[in-house]
Amino acid sequence: MLRPAVPTVSFTANLQRHVSSPRVTVSGSTVAECLAEAFDHDPRLRGYVLDEHGALRKHMNVFVDGEQIQDRRGLADAVRPDSELYVMQALSGG
Amino acid sequence: MADTIIASTRKGLFVLERSATGWSVVRVSFLGDNTTLALPDARDGTWYAALDHGHFGAKLQRSDDRGLTWQEIDVPTYPAKPEDEDDSAGGRPVPWTLQRIWALEGAGADRPGELWAGTIPGGLFRSRDRGTSWSLVKPLWFHPDRRKWFGGGADWPGIHSVLVDPRDSRRVLVGVSCGGVWETTDDGETWTVRADGMRADFMPPDRANDPVIQDPHRVVACPADFDQLWTQHHCGIWRSTDGARSWSEVKEAGPSTFGFAVAVHPREPETAWFVPAKSDQLRVPVDGRVVVTRTRDGGRSFDVLDRGLPQRHAYDLVFRHALDVDESGQRLAFGSTSGGLWTSEDGGDTWVGTEERLPPIHAVRFA
Repeated sequence: MLRPAVPTVSFTANLQRHVSSPRVTVSGSTVAECLAEAFDHDPRLRGYVLDEHGALRKHMNVFVDGEQIQDRRGLADAVRPDSELYVMQALSGG
Repeated sequence: MADTIIASTRKGLFVLERSATGWSVVRVSFLGDNTTLALPDARDGTWYAALDHGHFGAKLQRSDDRGLTWQEIDVPTYPAKPEDEDDSAGGRPVPWTLQRIWALEGAGADRPGELWAGTIPGGLFRSRDRGTSWSLVKPLWFHPDRRKWFGGGADWPGIHSVLVDPRDSRRVLVGVSCGGVWETTDDGETWTVRADGMRADFMPPDRANDPVIQDPHRVVACPADFDQLWTQHHCGIWRSTDGARSWSEVKEAGPSTFGFAVAVHPREPETAWFVPAKSDQLRVPVDGRVVVTRTRDGGRSFDVLDRGLPQRHAYDLVFRHALDVDESGQRLAFGSTSGGLWTSEDGGDTWVGTEERLPPIHAVRFA
C-alpha cells in the first residue's frame, strides 16, 4: 500500500551552520502553514527565514514544486499534498 | 588597564590579549560571519555580540564565559506597521523591521542586566533581562520628529550611540545618523532633540541648522564629567560643555575634521581622539597617511599622531565604533576597514600594529 503523499520542506544547506534545519514532512495546505510546522522543529529557525511580522526575508526565496511563491508577505500560496517546498537564499545581495 | 580587546569584523569576532610581547589574537568566534558589534558588560562580565547574517537577518549572541561559548538570544523586534501608516524616509516607506543592531550599551551601574540597543531603521530598544527579551522605546519611535530622520550611508536612519548618565541612569542620550542627538531625563518617557549648533552642509541652506536631521557619526561623553561631550559629525567636529544643550564647532583638527570615530578620556574631558579621513566623498586617509588627532585643550589645538602608523599608500578607514580608550586613558586601540589594528600605551603618542591581518573591522572595544 502506498504511503499517503505529504508536503515536504527542505532548507538551504547554508542555514545548517547557524540553526538545525532538517528536511521535514508537514501537512499544511499553504506555505504559511507548512513553514509554521517546519519551525516547530526549532523555533529559532523562524527568525532566519521570516522577519518579525511573518514576511519572507528580503533575500530569501521559497519555491513550491519549482516555482517561486508569489505572496512573500502573507505566504498564502497553495501547497498540494505531494508538494516539495524549498527555502533558499535569493541571489540578490545579502 | 584593560588587557583584552574585542574586534568585531566582517568575518567574525576576534579576541586579542596583551602579553609581554604585545597584543595577539587568542580566540575567534563566528568565523566567516559578519559580526557588527560587541558589548563586554563590565557590570556582570557578560559579553554580547551582534551579527548580521545577511539573508538570514540580524542576530544577537550572549556569552557568560568571555567568548568561549555563546548562546543565541532574541533580537529586538519592531511593531507591525499599520496599513495606513505613512512613515517614509527620503520618499521611500520605512520598513518597520529590524535591519541592523547598531549600538549596545549597559543601562547604568545601578541596573545590572539592563541594556539599551540602538538599531536601524531608528528604533531604540530596552532589555531588562540580559537581552533575553526586548521592548521598543515607543515615545521616541512615535515622536513626530523621528519621521524626519533619514539614512546616511545606510538606507535607513539608525541609532549608533547610546550614552547613559553615570549620575542618573534615567538620563540617556542617543546619537542618530541622520537624526541629531536626543535626550531623555525620565527613563525614556519623553525625548528632546539636543543638536543646537550643529550644521549639516549636506542639506539646503534653510535646513542646515535643523537639529533633527544632523548626522553625528559618533557621540561620546566624558564618564567623569558627563556634561562634556564630543561628536564626530559628518560635517566636522563638535563639542558640548553643557550636557548637549548647545554644541560648538571645532574648525581645525590636523589634516581633516571629517571622520567617523571619536574617543574621550575617562577623566579629562578636554582630551579626545579622532581618526580623520579626507572629507567626505573620498573617505580615505589624507595623503595616504593614517594618523590619529588628539586634543588636550578642548579642541583649541590638536596633535597629529603618526608614530607607528602606516604613512605611505595606506587606505585604512576607521568606522564609528572602531576606536576605544580604556579606563586608564592611556591605552587606546583602533581597527580599520583594511583589517589593521593598532594599539597605544601612551595616550596615542606611539602606536603598534598587530601582526595579524584581520578582516575588515567594524568595532573595537576593550574588555
